[in-house]
Amino acid sequence: MRKGDVCHTTPMRRDIGLRQRYRAEMRFRAYGITAISIGMFFLGVLLWSVFSKGYSAFWQTSLTLNIRFDAAIIDPKNIRDHDSQVLFTANYPLLVRNALAEKLGVPSDDHLALHEVSHMFSSSVRVQLRDLVLGHPQLIGGIQKVTFLASADIDSAFKKQINLAGSETRRKISNRQIEWMHRLSADGSLHRAFNTGLFTLTASNRPETSGLGVALVGSLYMMLIVLVLSLPIGVAAAVYLEEYTHKNRFTDLVEVNINNLASVPSIVFGLLGLAVFVNFFGLPRSTSIVGGLVLTLMTLPTIIIATRSALRAVPPSIRSAALGIGASKTQTVFHHVLPLAVPGIMTGTIIGLAHALGETAPLLLIGMVAFVANYPITPMDPATALPVQIYMWANEAERAFVERTSGAIIVLLVFLILMNIASIVLRRRFERRW
Amino acid sequence: MSGPSVIFSVLLLGSGGFLVSCGWARIIEARGTRMHSRSHYYGWWTFLIVVIPSLVFFIFWSICTNLYLENKASSSCHTTAGDMAQSCSVLVKMAHDLAHKLVLDDHFRNSQEDHDAVLQNILGKRKILFSLDNKEHIVSIAIEWAQRIKKFHMIGTIITFVLAILSCFVGIFSVSPERRSRNRVECVTVFWLMLASSIVILITVGIVLSMLFQTISFFQSVSLANFFFGTVWDPRFSAVDSEEVVGQFGLIPLLAGTLYIAFIAMLFAIPVGLFSAIYLAEYTVPWLRGIIKPLLEILAGIPTIVYGFFALAVLGPFLHDLSIFLASGHAFIMAQSALTAGLVMGIMLVPFVSSLSDDIITAVPRSLRDGSFGLGATQSETIWRVILPAAFPGIVASLLLTASRAIGETMIVVLAAGVVARLTINPFEAMTTITVKIVNQLTGDFEFNSPQTLVAFALGMTLLVLTLLMNIVALYVVRKYREQYE
Repeated sequence: MRKGDVCHTTPMRRDIGLRQRYRAEMRFRAYGITAISIGMFFLGVLLWSVFSKGYSAFWQTSLTLNIRFDAAIIDPKNIRDHDSQVLFTANYPLLVRNALAEKLGVPSDDHLALHEVSHMFSSSVRVQLRDLVLGHPQLIGGIQKVTFLASADIDSAFKKQINLAGSETRRKISNRQIEWMHRLSADGSLHRAFNTGLFTLTASNRPETSGLGVALVGSLYMMLIVLVLSLPIGVAAAVYLEEYTHKNRFTDLVEVNINNLASVPSIVFGLLGLAVFVNFFGLPRSTSIVGGLVLTLMTLPTIIIATRSALRAVPPSIRSAALGIGASKTQTVFHHVLPLAVPGIMTGTIIGLAHALGETAPLLLIGMVAFVANYPITPMDPATALPVQIYMWANEAERAFVERTSGAIIVLLVFLILMNIASIVLRRRFERRW
Repeated sequence: MSGPSVIFSVLLLGSGGFLVSCGWARIIEARGTRMHSRSHYYGWWTFLIVVIPSLVFFIFWSICTNLYLENKASSSCHTTAGDMAQSCSVLVKMAHDLAHKLVLDDHFRNSQEDHDAVLQNILGKRKILFSLDNKEHIVSIAIEWAQRIKKFHMIGTIITFVLAILSCFVGIFSVSPERRSRNRVECVTVFWLMLASSIVILITVGIVLSMLFQTISFFQSVSLANFFFGTVWDPRFSAVDSEEVVGQFGLIPLLAGTLYIAFIAMLFAIPVGLFSAIYLAEYTVPWLRGIIKPLLEILAGIPTIVYGFFALAVLGPFLHDLSIFLASGHAFIMAQSALTAGLVMGIMLVPFVSSLSDDIITAVPRSLRDGSFGLGATQSETIWRVILPAAFPGIVASLLLTASRAIGETMIVVLAAGVVARLTINPFEAMTTITVKIVNQLTGDFEFNSPQTLVAFALGMTLLVLTLLMNIVALYVVRKYREQYE
């Protein structure tokens, strides 16, 4: 008896469309992979486009030259002893132009060339040299080595952001200026340095002299206000809802309100801030105090929700134990439950603050889109915020502002990443599984 | 004594009371008497009764006297300025500023010329071209006002301190073994907690009321039909001398733009987000999931202004150039278009869709999957026929929440969608949304009570109602169709 016969006589498997079904399965997996890759791709493109445009904003082209403080230019009539106004209004850019022209060997009667020379440095030299001379009047007549900013066009050209090979008429910088630029950089007077101005300077209509100073201070004030107001109020509200009350009409009302507030569009909070804080209470517009209050209202629901889930995660045995050894309700909550919930509360607070830091729309409505040239001393002074500054720079037409905008976005993202890392570290380090 | 220093001194006094009561309670305890509460509760009780009544009184007093003085000044202004009610409010405002300057600086009280100088300064700052006919009048009102402020402030400060010192003594002398301080302090604490949680209600009420009042005053100058059924958006800003021409405030083009852009965004976000969620929940190994999920969450953490910049500086020009390339020279996609805004908004929404749906899909119980596999279904068949139907209500709710976010999104559309309100079906043209118009109407210099600015509140109200409706529907869907598994 051969076993093989039996095998041959088994009927063919019934066709149940397995091949088709497996093909559908593969297709389905491919859809999933495609969807995830699309998401990843856009994340990559987004970050790459911001970083590739913005990393160069952290360097700025400067010039270092020996400048002769010619008394004949600063104070031709020699009246500075009794008229201090002269030193304020003197033509300081001319000093720089002359020094640069001398260095480049441009004759003093070639006006066209001189004009091009004076477009190579930033107009901020006026203020810079004025402050220098006002501080040290003995400089007049002498020679002093000064480092000052190059103009935005030279800066872009030096960073190779402008296509220098193209036709001369299609760019803002002439062939002669390019040649000068290369000569200056060869002997070291034109160089790149870390751009501290991006962090310290204030609003300006010139790209090379505008910075995030006011925005950083304004954002800092607002974050402090948000932290100081929303943390105690939010935690108190959450403790009350979670520990003290049973379900009743009041808690239902609060619950519905919290959930609704969390989904109200942020711009509506801006309208609220404008109508209530600015118009009704008469707080000054475009100040960090109003911005901070508006952001507080937006952050409260986040903090309340996070605190409630942190409190819920504390096991009831802790409460029972505390009550069992004679602690009062309040002592139980404040001495035992709340300390155990602190990591969760901190995580929620940091995430709420990170959201508030990146929020723009409500701040536009309360007038933080302002040209603020002076540092705000108190939260009652006009200020801007980091995302609002990005918005304002994004609307500027000049090309060099794109670089600044991307640089500002990088600064904002770095802050957000630091905050998120802090919250992840807190969660990893202190989270307890009961 | 200025306001902050009064508050600071009261706090200082309270801390002093805390220390004394605390120490006193400890001394009694050291003598061997059994106290009802721990010693620091006596201290806290003293602190609370020093600080709370006096500060509440002080703040209440300051607000009331301010209102009273303002009222008085405006009435005396009305009696002299006569029927010019419009200029009267300006006068009162100037007198107010002058009075507060005078209060701050005693030096100015000496001579008439100094008043004039201050007044000029204020006028210069406010950039008001105002004839100074009533100048003496303002100055006299302001001086009177300043004197009254000083007087009232002095009375208020004295009463505050008397109250604080009295309650400090009461607190200290009431330290005794039978006193139930802990219960009292806890009572105050619970009261504070309740107050904090009712602030949330207050915010909602504030939002609704502030919008409602402005909206009502908007509809006093513009008819409801003009707003809700008008198809032309043209709020003229030059309504200075032409009183009748208030412009046209048609909501329809804005609403259409909002919904259209949100639709494009959802068209992108739903498939990408849902398929990512399904793949993450059902197919990936844990370590890969641990990498991809946080990466998608980064996308959710990026501020919307960054997306707006991306749309403005990268995607918009790219699509524009692409259309030039495709149509050989004819750019049919504008640099600012509904497509750009919708696409970028869709990218922003992907992580919302995926993380919400992921939670819902993973919440479907294991037994349903096992049952399906046991019957011989493949994984994708299980997902289509078992898991998705089970998760359907939750997914619909999460999509509605995402859509309400798309409608309320501002920064992307402000930068990428354009400002022209037009009714069109072509996604390659610029469109505008409700949020863009709110921002446009409220940034810049304008008079607050004109319909041109008040329309922003009517738009905001519309937005609020739209998003609330979506949330309510989402809640209803979840409640009604939720399957209960053990």
